[in-house]
Amino acid sequence: MNLHEYQAKQLLQRHGVAVPASEVCETPEAARAVADKLFAAGEKLMVVKSQIHAGGRGKGTFKSGFQGGVKLCKSAQDVEDKARAMLGQVLVTKQTGPDGRLVRKVLVAAAPDIRKELYLAVLLDRATGRPMVMASTEGGVDIEEVAASTPEKIIKESIDPSLGFQAWQGRKIAAALGLRGELMGQATKLLKGVYDTWWASDASLVEVNPLCIIDGRDGKPQLVAVDAKMSLDDNGLFRHADILAMRDLGEEAPLEIEAGKFSLNYIKLDGSIACLVNGAGLAMATMDIIKHFGGEPANFLDVGGGASKDQVAAAFRIILADPSVRGILVNIFGGIMDCNVIATGIVEAVRETGLKLPLVVRLEGNNVAAGKKTLAESGLTIIGGDTMADAAQKVVKAVVA
Amino acid sequence: MAILVTPQTKVLIQGITGSFGARHAQLSLSYGTQVVAGVTPGKGGQTFRHESFEVPIFDTIAEAVKATGATASAVFVPPPFAADAILEGVDAGLDLVVAITEGIPVVDMVRARHAMRGSKTRLIGPNCPGVVTPGEGPDSKGGCRIGISPGYIHRKGNIGVVSRSGTLTYEAVWQLTCRGVGQSTCVGIGGDPVNGTSHLDVIKMFMADPETHGIIMIGEIGGSAEEEAAAWIKEHGTKPVAGFIAGATAPPGRRMGHAGAIISGGKGTAEAKITAFREAGIGIATTPSDMADTLLKMM
Repeated sequence: MNLHEYQAKQLLQRHGVAVPASEVCETPEAARAVADKLFAAGEKLMVVKSQIHAGGRGKGTFKSGFQGGVKLCKSAQDVEDKARAMLGQVLVTKQTGPDGRLVRKVLVAAAPDIRKELYLAVLLDRATGRPMVMASTEGGVDIEEVAASTPEKIIKESIDPSLGFQAWQGRKIAAALGLRGELMGQATKLLKGVYDTWWASDASLVEVNPLCIIDGRDGKPQLVAVDAKMSLDDNGLFRHADILAMRDLGEEAPLEIEAGKFSLNYIKLDGSIACLVNGAGLAMATMDIIKHFGGEPANFLDVGGGASKDQVAAAFRIILADPSVRGILVNIFGGIMDCNVIATGIVEAVRETGLKLPLVVRLEGNNVAAGKKTLAESGLTIIGGDTMADAAQKVVKAVVA
Repeated sequence: MAILVTPQTKVLIQGITGSFGARHAQLSLSYGTQVVAGVTPGKGGQTFRHESFEVPIFDTIAEAVKATGATASAVFVPPPFAADAILEGVDAGLDLVVAITEGIPVVDMVRARHAMRGSKTRLIGPNCPGVVTPGEGPDSKGGCRIGISPGYIHRKGNIGVVSRSGTLTYEAVWQLTCRGVGQSTCVGIGGDPVNGTSHLDVIKMFMADPETHGIIMIGEIGGSAEEEAAAWIKEHGTKPVAGFIAGATAPPGRRMGHAGAIISGGKGTAEAKITAFREAGIGIATTPSDMADTLLKMM
C-alpha cells in the first residue's frame, strides 16, 4: 500500500520529524483559508501540491493543459486559483502513464527559504536482510541517476535491527552530509525519527526527498522534510488500523480492488492475452512465454495455490472486464488441488459469462484426466494445451487469427 | 545422500491442528515421511490421527524434540505468530525449520533472521513450498516431504532443483519426471525478500552432494540472489546447471505476487539475471517449458 505525501508527513511528525506547516484540502476555498492562516502566521510563500500516488508531479501536465502539479504562490488568491486549476483535474506525470491520475486533494504548505537540498531514505537491504539508511548530498533530483553516475555520493548505513538506529550512526551520516554545528544534533534526531517511522509503521520505503536545510524563523538553519514518500509492507498492515484507514481506493485500479476481494492477485497490463494461473512464479512465467511466442499478456493473475470454483469464476469476470482482452490462457499446475474441480469451475465460468473469446486451457497434475474429460464433454469450444509452450502458441495463434 | 533431509529425517509440524497444517500432515504421512510430532500450544497431550498413523501433539517444540527426537519442522503457523514459531524451533535446537507460512511481515523476518545468527538451525522459507527428497516407492513414496509440494510428481534420482516459486518448481520437477529423470532433493526457498536460505546456499549443498549430478535453478525478478549464485558457480561450479528466470515481461515498480518479486531502482531485472547466468556458463531455458530439456542437453 502507498501513502500520499500528506499522510507520510503525518506519520513522520509522530516520530518528531520536522515538516513545513501545511494542511490538506479538497476545495479551492479550503485551500485559500489554509493559505490565509499560514500567511497570518508569518509565512512569506506558499506551495500548492497535487496529492497523487506518483512522482514527477512538479513537471507533470494536466489534461486541461495546465502545467505543473506543484506550484509556488505569493498570495492566498493565487493559492485558491492554483488549487482550482488542479482539483478535479487529471495530472499526467512520467510515473502515471498516459492515463494520468485524478487530483482529489491538494496539500497547501509553507514554502520555506531553502539553502540546500539533501536526500534521505530508509529501506530494506535484501542482501543483508537488515534495514538500511541511505542519504546523499544530492537531494531534490532523481536519486537513481545519482546512484548510476556518482555512486560515491550515496551514503549507506546498515542498521542492527535488535538495537535500532543509534546516535553515533546519526552523527556519522550527518558528518558525511556536511551537517555540522547545530545541524548535527538536529540531523541525528531527524534520522532516528525517519528510521523509527519506517520500523514502527511496517514500511517498505520511507523517502524524504528533498530533506532541506532552511532558514528558520530565528535566522538559524533548520532541517525539515519538504517532501516525503512512503510505501508499506502489506503483510504488516494487520497491526496498523490507523494506517490502513489511510488507504485511498481512488488511487488503485478498480479491477485490482475487485480481485483482492476474492484473494486473487491481479495486475492489469497492456496486452491482449489474458492469463489465469496458480502461483506467482508460474504466473510470471506464463506471461513470459506468451511474449516469447509473439503475444502480449493482458494481465498478471495468480489465483493462489488452492484455487476454488468461486475464485475461478471471479477471475473470469475480472479478466473479461478488460476490453482489450482478445483471448485467454488458463495454466494450472494442480499439485494438490483437484484438476477436475478447476475444470468444473472453468466450464461454469464460461457458461455464466457467455464467453465468446478463444480460450486455451492447460491443466496438469492431480486428477488431470478427469479434468480434461470435463472440459471435453462440456460441449464448449475450449482449446486444450499439453505443455506451457503448446498452450501459449495456441492462444497466440488464436488471437492473431 | 540428497541434501537437507533424508527419508529417515524425523519431522514435527508446527500448527498441525489448523486446517492447512493438518491437510499437509496427512499428505506427508501418506507419502511415507517420518512425521513424529505435532505442536499446537494448548493442545499438548492430544493425538493427530490419519490412516493408521497416530502422531502425538505437544505444547512446545522443546517437549516434542525431547520425546520424539525430531530434528526438522514445518511451520504452518498464521503470519502474525510465524516468526515467533520459527524462533521457538531455533531455541529447541532443530537442524532445519521450513516455514511454509505466506504473509509474514518483513520486519518480523528481519528480526528473526538477526536473532538466528550463530545458531545451528537452517531456515528454509518463509512463503515457500518446502523440501522434498523423493523416496524409492511408487510415485516416489517413502521420501521426506516437508511442506506443501505434491509428492507424486517426484521421482528418486540425481537432479537438484532450487526455486523461489512453488508451482514453477512443480513444473520443472514434472518435466524431469516425465522424461524419466529423477531428483535428489527439491528445495523451494520462498518468494519473500528476507528468507533463511538463498539460492547460493542450496547450490553449494548440491555441488557438495555426491548424489546430485545436475541442477535446475529457477529464479525470478527482484533482489540479486540469482546473480550472487551465478558468480559463485562461475568460480566454483563443478556440475551442469540450467536456469530459468521468471518475470521478463513484468513492468518495473509492480510486485508480481511474491513480496520480493519487484523491479525497483533498475535492479533485479530478468535481463541482468539472465546475463549473469550466461556469464557463469549456466544453461538458459528460454521458456519455462524447456527447463528440463536445457539441463539434460548439458549432461
